[in-house]
Amino acid sequence: MAATAATLRERARLLAELRRFFVAREFVEVETPSIVPCPGLDVHLVPFEVPGAGWLPTSPELQMKRLLARGLPQVFQLARAFRREEEGAHHEREFTLLEWYRGPGAMAEVMADTEALVAHLARACGGERDGCVLVGEVDVTLPWPRVTVRALFERHAPDVDPDDPAQDDAYFLALVERIEPAIAATKRATFVTGWPARMASLARLDPDDPSVAERFEAYVGGLELCNGFGELVDPVEQRARFEADQAERRRRGLAVPPIDERFLEDLAACPPAAGNALGVDRLLMLLLGHERLEDVLAFARSDL
Amino acid sequence: MGDTSDLKKGFKLLLDGKPFVVVDFQFQKPGKGQALYKTKIKNMQTGAVIDRTFKSGESIDKADTEEREMQYLYQEGEHYVFMDNETYEQMRIPAELLGDDIYYLIDNMVVQVMLFEGKPIGVTPPTFVELEVIETEPGFKGDTSGNTTKPAKCSTGLTVNVPLFVNQGDVLKIDTRTGSYVERVKV
Repeated sequence: MAATAATLRERARLLAELRRFFVAREFVEVETPSIVPCPGLDVHLVPFEVPGAGWLPTSPELQMKRLLARGLPQVFQLARAFRREEEGAHHEREFTLLEWYRGPGAMAEVMADTEALVAHLARACGGERDGCVLVGEVDVTLPWPRVTVRALFERHAPDVDPDDPAQDDAYFLALVERIEPAIAATKRATFVTGWPARMASLARLDPDDPSVAERFEAYVGGLELCNGFGELVDPVEQRARFEADQAERRRRGLAVPPIDERFLEDLAACPPAAGNALGVDRLLMLLLGHERLEDVLAFARSDL
Repeated sequence: MGDTSDLKKGFKLLLDGKPFVVVDFQFQKPGKGQALYKTKIKNMQTGAVIDRTFKSGESIDKADTEEREMQYLYQEGEHYVFMDNETYEQMRIPAELLGDDIYYLIDNMVVQVMLFEGKPIGVTPPTFVELEVIETEPGFKGDTSGNTTKPAKCSTGLTVNVPLFVNQGDVLKIDTRTGSYVERVKV
């Protein structure tokens, strides 16, 4: 069921609150195009092609980082992202993605933005109780616990080695079947850091330990809310990763969009940066106490 | 042969040679990873529900099941005999497979019989049946509140909790999904 009129009013109120949060922290709201030359090359994402024009973005990341390179140090956007074949209670083929970037900036600052934002919106929903801030039953009081992928596997899935590429299937199964439920059981909003280097995506490798990426996710009640990075700003390394993704897409018989050359050109001028992509519909769903994304959307797919 | 795109509630699949029905499923995509379907599936023979996660695109065998409309004819020892309404073939179904459903069977009642590889694995009676009370304590005329109950034995051997006003000889409407009294249809 799509959102009721009352839920849509709450949604609009919380989005206004979200914008106020970022403006108060001196971020500039931007809007980037919805038809782009490269939708992102992640092999697990299936983009929509716009015949004769390009692609719908799976994330506005490339264009937002170009803005950092052009001299805007803090940007945020409430963007529409498009991902084919993602349909479920917590997935939509198009959804609202909040992205923000700090350049110059570090991952720790963006993690601090993330927990402050969620706690701020939870308070705006009346979630303050006895000095704690709650989203439903989940405690989102600052600071959130931080735990590494390796520590989680040692504790909850010791039979799986997250650093072994040959165990990818077992790794993803363990994440869904054991680790996410274990995080949910703590009833604490949690940051997961130290993701294996081969799952770096567009994050840079940790300079102190290149076997892991500077990547974090936040979980609220076992639901993955965001993916944040210490951004990879080295155009040579970035091109090598894009080419590897393209080769893997070709090997799997998937569509192979072109590399965004303008992005790589601008990346050379990008300062050290960090950013985050957060599923706004998921966050609103949790804040407003719903169980399906469509409960907070003006239109459900079945409604169209 | 199908794959995970066929998954939905009610889909019947074959796993290790056993028929399962999907009772719940959720699309999941862990951090920058492959798509997975987390499901709860019920063994159609034992009723046991298990968790099972499928990779997107993984091939899934469809269970060779079929639901047939049959008429209950009579009991024969430990077996109950049904007739297929289309082919008029008769089928003997053991009491153990029917479980508590034997208490809802009335001569000539039409039921749905689930077949797996041609053999019966379950019977679904109509949602509501009407049964006559053959034994219960005398009713209290004044009490129609239904707050207090007493046991009543029906013609098929089923015992249900009923309001105090129910009398022997009354006909009751019973919900076969829960085995509970719904209302009195005939005094």
